[in-house]
Amino acid sequence: MSVAQANKPTPTGNSAIGKIISWFGTTLGQVLVSIFVPAFTFVVLWQGYMFLQRANAPQIVQVIVAIVWGVGGVALLYLVTNWLVMKLPKRLSRVLQPFVFVGPAVAIMAWFLAIPVLRSLVASFRNNLGTEWVGLENYKYAFTDPRMLETFRNNLLWLVFGTAFSVGLGLLIATLADRTKAEVLYKSIIFTPMAISFVGAGVIWKFIYTYKGTGVGIQEIGLLNAVVTGLGGTPQPWLNLPPWNNFFLIIIMIWLQTGYAMVILSSAIKGVPSELLEAARIDGANETRAFFSIVVPYIKGTLLTVTTTIVIFSLKTFDIVRVMTGGNNGTNVIANEFYLQSFTYTDAGKASAIAIVLLLLVTPVIINNVRQFNQSRRGF
Amino acid sequence: MAKTMKKAKKNSAFWTNFVLIVICIIWLIPIVGILITSFRPSEDIFRSGWWNVFPHKEYVELERVTLPAEVNLDGPFEIKGKTATFEEFRNGVELEDGRLITWYGNKRTRTAVISEKQWVGFATNLTLKNYKDVIGGKTISYKNAEGQTITRQGNNLGGAFLNSLAVTIPGTIIPILIAAFAAFGFAWLDFPGRNIVFTVIVALLVVPLQIALVPILRDYVSMGLNGTFLGIWLAHTGFGLPLATYLLFNYISTIPRELLESAYIDGASNFTIFTNLILPLSVPALASFAIFQFLWLWNDYLVALVFLGEKNQTVTIAVARLVGEKGQDWHLMTSAAFVSMILPLIVFLALQRYFVRGLMAGSVKG
Repeated sequence: MSVAQANKPTPTGNSAIGKIISWFGTTLGQVLVSIFVPAFTFVVLWQGYMFLQRANAPQIVQVIVAIVWGVGGVALLYLVTNWLVMKLPKRLSRVLQPFVFVGPAVAIMAWFLAIPVLRSLVASFRNNLGTEWVGLENYKYAFTDPRMLETFRNNLLWLVFGTAFSVGLGLLIATLADRTKAEVLYKSIIFTPMAISFVGAGVIWKFIYTYKGTGVGIQEIGLLNAVVTGLGGTPQPWLNLPPWNNFFLIIIMIWLQTGYAMVILSSAIKGVPSELLEAARIDGANETRAFFSIVVPYIKGTLLTVTTTIVIFSLKTFDIVRVMTGGNNGTNVIANEFYLQSFTYTDAGKASAIAIVLLLLVTPVIINNVRQFNQSRRGF
Repeated sequence: MAKTMKKAKKNSAFWTNFVLIVICIIWLIPIVGILITSFRPSEDIFRSGWWNVFPHKEYVELERVTLPAEVNLDGPFEIKGKTATFEEFRNGVELEDGRLITWYGNKRTRTAVISEKQWVGFATNLTLKNYKDVIGGKTISYKNAEGQTITRQGNNLGGAFLNSLAVTIPGTIIPILIAAFAAFGFAWLDFPGRNIVFTVIVALLVVPLQIALVPILRDYVSMGLNGTFLGIWLAHTGFGLPLATYLLFNYISTIPRELLESAYIDGASNFTIFTNLILPLSVPALASFAIFQFLWLWNDYLVALVFLGEKNQTVTIAVARLVGEKGQDWHLMTSAAFVSMILPLIVFLALQRYFVRGLMAGSVKG
């Protein structure tokens, strides 16, 4: 007897199991199963939820349960809802099935992003505890308070200098590296800081800026001060020197973001047709001329995208400031002021108004993204 | 003529490489600096810069001279045949043979140190102690700048590392799964409101997540989710979904129509088409988003700070706390920073190609 034959299901004749299976075929059985399966799924998922919410098991166990529950649970949820919908009459199931696919994602995005926009908007017109309407009071703070004006100035510095140097340096490195044999190596080195957290980068640069003070026999251990003293200058507490300390923080962003600009721009530069460049060179254009009149116009779209991304990034900058200075000594930024208002001063009204200000600042980008998307998908 | 052209080309190649090498060195020095520092004993870190591990000439103490009580230190006096005032000796006086006399401590010690410049070799004094101290949670002790021994609680970065894994792995897989289903739905299924809903998702791509923190935190407090892993996965899922859905949509919608139609004709349901056709075909896109999300979660500070806090702290929170509480303990901060960087660096360097692909596709996100 072959294996295939042995594995064939046994005919359901006189056995009790057979009776049970045939009972599942009846309408009543089907309805009961349709209720039981989702209910069982729900109980299993709920138990996992309760287990993880209590969070008192050893870490390793939690992580494993988490992975199994999270991944398996999500898969199970889709499987069961889909199975349920398929049991419905054909017409109804055809209408409902798309919602099985997009429903969970849309619900989560609504809960975590779309509805909070409205909730923050409402909260921004209410007082610190959210108990009373205060009209435009919070916005008056957000747009006129000296603290906020300082953050606007600093964010503007981040935006202008951070973006200009990240994009400029990225473009320079991408262009130069394109002409060398060791291109991959150069690009990897510049790109590497992208893998480092802002907190980690904060430690790295804090160490460069560290200051020991002046005195006999003191050797500076911070690189910047060591270089300054080596050149005959006096060491400085760089992070306590407004307004220059802002620039020392912006350097960190440039260090982190240049790699991003470089990688994206590099692939755009590679897309410039070489015939175009050859033609320009034959016409007598030197490298600089060819770069500005051929390459730059050709990659204009990419240049704009990269710039926009880094502009948004600079508007939302938080971790670097939080870790390096805490926003003291004239280095406060909008996102840090938001953090202080919501979690240090627990003023939900002011915090929400500041969040709305951030949203307003990125609104032009949102509108542009939506418009571009709609244009690219006319026949959606 | 051709020769000069060739020479000019060679020359320009030299300068191109030169500029790039200089930039690369500037880019690497900060990382090299903390890497070296993290292996130096705490005492050494406080005393001298990390570049001193490289071979260099340094004044090495030869002997100490104690002056007899009858020497008046207020006027000029003599040590080793050299006459100078106390202030001059304190700043260091050089002898003709290159030896240096420096006063030791204040006037009352009546002691001067004679030292000579000598070559100090490479990496004479490296240790793994900092890593042991910062990873473990037990009591540690080390020497500070003055050579005193300090004893205190360790930072338990090992535990934080596990926490980061607990946040990152499910926080990466769950949104990918949900987004893949949604992307398929938006790309290939027809339902009322599809256009509008997807346009809203595109709009959500750059919404600053600050807007959600206060309302969601309020929900979490009332649901008992604050400080739990479950809460932070949900949050990261919510914040990551717009980009994930958008990226996967762009990819899945380019799958040839004929491929799906033939599967429909064979009688496959949407679900089987999704699991057996779409998912395997989308692996490259799933992988690029996975790396993206992994790095973003591992390096995230704000979301973890708000929803996890110091209970179940992640590595970023542990490192940031270390900076806030012990801002001068460079031996701990540098090794902690390196522990926090090692995994993303490995993932990043190994899977850079996928990451770049995701970056290109998602460059609309802020």
